[in-house]
Amino acid sequence: MSERILRIALPILVLAIGLLIWYLVIQIFAIPPFVLPSPGIVLATLIADGSLLWNSLLVTLGITFEGFLLAAVGGIGFAILFNQLRLVEYSLYPYAVILQVTPIVAVAPLLLIYLPQHLAVLACAWIVAFFPVLANTTLGLNSVDHNLLSLFELYKASRWQVLWNLKLPSALPQMLAGLRIAGGLSLIGAVVAEIAAGSAGAGSGLAYRIAESGYRLNIPRMFAALLLLSLAGVAIFFTLSAISHLLLRRWHESAIARER
Amino acid sequence: MSTPGQTIVSLRHVGKTFDRGTVALDGFDFEVRNGEFVSLLGPSGCGKSTALRIIAGLSAASAGAVEWPNGMGRIGFVFQEPTLMPWANVAANVQLPLTLAGADMTSSHMRVTQSLERVGLANFAEAFPRELSGGMKMRTSIARALVTEPQLLLMDEPFAALDEITRFKLNNDLLAVWRELRRTVVFVTHSVFESVYLSQRIVVMTPRPGRVFKELAIDAPYPRDERFRTSPEYAGFCRQVAETLGKAMAAGDAP
Repeated sequence: MSERILRIALPILVLAIGLLIWYLVIQIFAIPPFVLPSPGIVLATLIADGSLLWNSLLVTLGITFEGFLLAAVGGIGFAILFNQLRLVEYSLYPYAVILQVTPIVAVAPLLLIYLPQHLAVLACAWIVAFFPVLANTTLGLNSVDHNLLSLFELYKASRWQVLWNLKLPSALPQMLAGLRIAGGLSLIGAVVAEIAAGSAGAGSGLAYRIAESGYRLNIPRMFAALLLLSLAGVAIFFTLSAISHLLLRRWHESAIARER
Repeated sequence: MSTPGQTIVSLRHVGKTFDRGTVALDGFDFEVRNGEFVSLLGPSGCGKSTALRIIAGLSAASAGAVEWPNGMGRIGFVFQEPTLMPWANVAANVQLPLTLAGADMTSSHMRVTQSLERVGLANFAEAFPRELSGGMKMRTSIARALVTEPQLLLMDEPFAALDEITRFKLNNDLLAVWRELRRTVVFVTHSVFESVYLSQRIVVMTPRPGRVFKELAIDAPYPRDERFRTSPEYAGFCRQVAETLGKAMAAGDAP
């Protein structure tokens, strides 16, 4: 069997076995649905509560996308700024690190006090997603081939030409790797903030639905919402991977199949 | 444009000490004459690459002077590695110096095509560097250096990483280009055989610190070809240069 088929077939097989065990455990131990719903009930709930969950998913995805966009612009923008102005880098980089290492779960409740809820959730998504873009792009901008830099210097390239024609294209693979991490993280940031806001009782995102269902002991809906969140995360990852592949496929080793 | 034989750049008592205290060059005297093919020959670490970078203005001399009697003309530089932009195809790589100078598209395109034809890569304009062999990458690098029609072509051990068959081929092609364009070439190498085959003049350097030990003229007529490579005359020159290099090594305080 070819490797391609195995790569698709094996995870599906694992999924099937997992679902079967899940189902059997419920049958054998006679677990009631409000403790652990069977896969069938989760699916039924997903369909029954479809429009509610779908609207919540759109809210969460909207925030995620906005947070990701701001993180991309901010991360790449600051990386370029740091690369061009050393003193700004020395002044601000430590605070970017602090922003990254402080657990977002602990920051979210504070942000919710000072910002309107939508902005607070957005800020959380941004804070978590911003740093990997910044760190990776900075690494890329600083790893330009020294001989190519010499070549640009020899031909008296302006600062702008060096940035646009050399540093940015050269940093593209690292930049895209940063963005790929940021996509998943902005979803996590949005979910964390929604959960934190959920106790305040105002929200309509998917994470809020999970918290709400928890209070109401609606376990099947919790599972259904969780399933949707994972699928959203997977979709984000694959979309960003595909974009990265399209941009790099002509030249970067990471996007080219090795010939043997 | 200066007349043939006239000095286009001279280095007088040039010294170079790096930040970490390494003395790369000390009292280095060297003249480049218009239209000649001159090689800097020495073991690795003798400062020959540093000398080349100082001529190109990529590195500043710590002592001495670099003089351009008729002003600094256009320079082409070929590095030890092909130094191509992996995200750009061959044509875009060759066009780079013109793009940076803001040349217009039509004339750039023509000059790129001409430069690629000269190195035998006319059919590979659309290829990406990773699709090329080592020799073809180096040809691209040479085409890029030639595209601005430089007065002075500086080459830093350009063929050191290539296999012998490819190197011989590129040696021949380089000589053909040099004879056709009548540019000045300063060629850095650690190969006695390569320097004798290519050059009119060889400057043998001592290591640590880099200094001129002796200059040797290779008075063999061009065109030089495979017949020259296997001639007793060539072997004689090689012996002479190798002996000089041996004495230079002994004169320097290298291990």
